[in-house]
Amino acid sequence: MKILVVDDFSTMRRIIKNLLRDLGFTNTEEADDGQTALPMLKTGKFDFLVTDWNMPGMTGIELLQAVRADDNLKGLPVLMVTAEAKRDQIVAAAQAGVNGYVVKPFTAAVLKEKIEKIFERID
Amino acid sequence: MATDNTSSAFGDEEDLLSEQASQLVQFVQTGDFAGAMKVISDLNETRDRTLYQEVGRLTRSLHEAIRNFNIELGNERQQEEMSKISDASDRLSYVVDLTDKAANKTMDLVEETMPMAIAMKEEAHDLKEAWGRLRRREMDPSEFRELYKKIDEFFNSLADNSDKVYGNLSEILLAQDFQDLTGQVIQKVTGLVREVEENLVNLVAMAGKVDRLTGMQHDIKEEEEDPMHGQGPQINKEKPDVVSSQDDVDDLLSSLGF
Repeated sequence: MKILVVDDFSTMRRIIKNLLRDLGFTNTEEADDGQTALPMLKTGKFDFLVTDWNMPGMTGIELLQAVRADDNLKGLPVLMVTAEAKRDQIVAAAQAGVNGYVVKPFTAAVLKEKIEKIFERID
Repeated sequence: MATDNTSSAFGDEEDLLSEQASQLVQFVQTGDFAGAMKVISDLNETRDRTLYQEVGRLTRSLHEAIRNFNIELGNERQQEEMSKISDASDRLSYVVDLTDKAANKTMDLVEETMPMAIAMKEEAHDLKEAWGRLRRREMDPSEFRELYKKIDEFFNSLADNSDKVYGNLSEILLAQDFQDLTGQVIQKVTGLVREVEENLVNLVAMAGKVDRLTGMQHDIKEEEEDPMHGQGPQINKEKPDVVSSQDDVDDLLSSLGF
């Protein structure tokens, strides 16, 4: 299971990577925005995407839309971990095909629960 | 610093204006067109002077607000660091830097400490199992000698590791000292923003009066927020269009069939 963690703040990437490692996911890579992430995803090496919303360059929602529009990537499970907390935004993310939505600040337990829920659905 | 005399200054000018206006009517009625022209030019001057005065006053107070924006911090090291910083955005970058360093330092220490905690737990677990076998007299003498040695090693490593864990926890505690410095910087920046806002409100009020005098109208379109652009954390969680917790997010998603 290889996971791509996308966030413009390196501290947040590090926190998420640490939490993922505690959950047993040790194979992770990082990108600092959608523009960097998309080509990495297109290599087809990733099984799961964890992304922030608010990033310079390409935002997380645009990345999600690009993933869903790509025939090779459209089935990729995507978890959004973001400070964006407007109802409209959550609805938009759902419509764009997000698999889970975690609002910051979050706890390790919430992250674990959402990831497990995503994989339950996929299995 | 607020220009609270704006309205009175403007009131004076308005008195002068009506005085000059009645003068103008008088000159026109008596056929003194040269006098009338002079009054018209005086009227223009009154209007210009009012504008210049108000704009000048506001510019001065804005300047003062910006100049007053200096931070005095306790010790020399901090002052030296702060003296390199001359404007609000630099100060805010300084906050980002400090918080970034503190977060990374804390995570370094946590990442260093976690394996120690895991190792202690595993060793304790192994020893407990061996100890159980000893108590149940299931252990032969060679195994016992091994256990004897292991317990000795465990006590040594336990003492070392708990020292290290304690030391790391103290360092993590100290790494939170950024809150004091960033708190001071942010309070100063907030103060500046408030001051600039007050002055801008005065400027807008004055501009409104100028509009009234000149009869100008502006067609300003309200910019709509695009929810597709990130808006950052919502500070006011009471707003109806904002979720207040992860539970709210989950409820909203399940109402959408998630």
